[in-house]
Amino acid sequence: MDIIGFLGLGFSVALDPINILYCFIGVLLGTLVGVLPGIGPTATIAMLLPITFSLSPAAALIMLAGIYYGAQYGGSTTAILINLPGESSSAVTAIDGYQMAKKGRAGHALATAALGSFFAGTVGTLLLAFFAPPLARAALNFGAPEYFALIVLGLLVSIALAHGSILKALAMIVLGLLLGMVGQDIYTGTPRFTFGVRELYSGLNFVSVAVGIFGVAEILRNLENEKGREVMVKSVSNLWLGKEEFKRIIAPVIRGTALGSILGILPGGGHILASFASYSAEKRLSKNPEEFGHGAIEGVAGPESANNAAAQTSFIPLMTLGIPAHPVMALMVGAFILQGITPGPNVINDQPALFWGIIASMWIGNLLLVMLNLPLIGLWVKMLTIPYRALFPAIVLFACIGCYSINQNVFDIYAIGFFGILGYGLIRLGCEPAPLLLGFVLGPLLEEHLRRAMIISRGDPMIFLERPISATLLGLALLAVLIAILPSIRKKRKEVFVEED
Amino acid sequence: MLAKFSLRDLLAGGIFVLAGAYFALEALNYEVGTPFRMGPGFMPLLLGAVLAALGIGVAASGWEKPDREKPLPPSWRGIVLIVGVVIFFGATIRGLGFVPVVFVAAFASAMASRLNSPLFAALLAVGLTVLCTAIFVIGLGMTVPWFGPWLGQ
Repeated sequence: MDIIGFLGLGFSVALDPINILYCFIGVLLGTLVGVLPGIGPTATIAMLLPITFSLSPAAALIMLAGIYYGAQYGGSTTAILINLPGESSSAVTAIDGYQMAKKGRAGHALATAALGSFFAGTVGTLLLAFFAPPLARAALNFGAPEYFALIVLGLLVSIALAHGSILKALAMIVLGLLLGMVGQDIYTGTPRFTFGVRELYSGLNFVSVAVGIFGVAEILRNLENEKGREVMVKSVSNLWLGKEEFKRIIAPVIRGTALGSILGILPGGGHILASFASYSAEKRLSKNPEEFGHGAIEGVAGPESANNAAAQTSFIPLMTLGIPAHPVMALMVGAFILQGITPGPNVINDQPALFWGIIASMWIGNLLLVMLNLPLIGLWVKMLTIPYRALFPAIVLFACIGCYSINQNVFDIYAIGFFGILGYGLIRLGCEPAPLLLGFVLGPLLEEHLRRAMIISRGDPMIFLERPISATLLGLALLAVLIAILPSIRKKRKEVFVEED
Repeated sequence: MLAKFSLRDLLAGGIFVLAGAYFALEALNYEVGTPFRMGPGFMPLLLGAVLAALGIGVAASGWEKPDREKPLPPSWRGIVLIVGVVIFFGATIRGLGFVPVVFVAAFASAMASRLNSPLFAALLAVGLTVLCTAIFVIGLGMTVPWFGPWLGQ
């Protein structure tokens, strides 16, 4: 079968009424959490993971993916209307989008964001369809040393893109790796770090860790400083773009899509970096850069396209290699495993309907999002007025109930509390939680592949340098760290991430 | 001397050193093995040592960079209530059953915000109890009693 045939297969799965329904629920929930304050896609997907257990694999993954890219759309709505990015990647959109809204052009800004995102989403999905199969084929030849090198690369690149201290990010990764080792050893069955607690033999529950450090810790942080938010724009009109505006956004959308597609594949916060990179590129290329910061439509079009393209292409490492690029993708790994599927290069051959169904659903999801976001914008504006103080109790409850419903294990609930406190403490001390979760997911894989590789080489670590692919990957990882600690890049990183805070 | 350090970095580093030391020392109780045949203790020992070293590095990196701004004080009320709710949920879900546990948990966590009045918290708790029971117990068929054995059911 060629790519058209595969896409046809994918659409036949994605267009199944049940799957359309779950795709719709996913993007609806995604938009909702993007719009609502204090809850992001990571915590939402973690809480909903248990629920998806009862669905078919395709429906479950289609819905969870929808939450992720739906949140990118919803986040830009809050960024434009109330200058509060619902998602870190829409922080840049707030700069010019909010200015546009202040000048009564909120409709134009929202339409630009939606159209740009749709175009980028379409391209990103196509890229995924074209590049995933050959990459997966290449990955089938990967042995333990290559996988080990790949995981090291993924972990180290993620710190280069994270903001804040590099040492702290590294320490968080290692702490995550160690937490991932709790439970029975894969080769000998020796229980490790379990304090004799039986429930810990199968390891710490992934959902507990994710909900604790992303959900509960975030709530504790928000309770430090409670304040209401002002919704300035009460109604949005004039969603149609004029001919001239249409012309102005075409080039930024295309450039943003290209940048986003490339950066999205990188581990770490590729989508955040993409929107910042696109914004500064547009500012530099513009004939009137002084307009930026005062409502330049290009400043909305470029970054919005970039972050949405990146959101789609960040599925590439997951779908082809089984390596998550960031915490949301790590949760997707969890979703695959809950369904009894090991994500990786085999999925595309063993489960073509699932693989292509997810890809096709992304395009349908993007289409649904445009329909949801433009005509129904009034509804979302109303949502913005829901106060946080009414929301967070629901988050706490959903976290506990969802986690308990996976295996009726009370210990998983206590773990939420523990990781909530730990995450909150570490965030207060300036340590980002994302690398910890990435390390936690990749820890067991890293250990397994390292041990296997060392058995293959009879204990000679040179095997990683003698194999060309693993040597290249490790070289790239080293390069990523070097780049991150170079003084000039450090300064740039600071500039980029300062705007985000 | 201590005033010259960033307290945040010092504390963060301390946590990493302690965690690293715990994992490394505990790993010594398991078979470490050789690089060729690694035992269950090999990776944790190695990574624990790395984490402790990174922790020292984090603490040292705060040298001569004392914290400029004071962070917001933590909301102790929030911490106690939210974490308390989580523990309460775990401790009583089997005994009290879904409906009472969810109601109490919703009320207590709503009270974690200074902006919520007891009346608002109670109304919210009723709404959330109905919603959660409808979604999880009725809709998704979660196997948990509405009212548990402690209530004589």
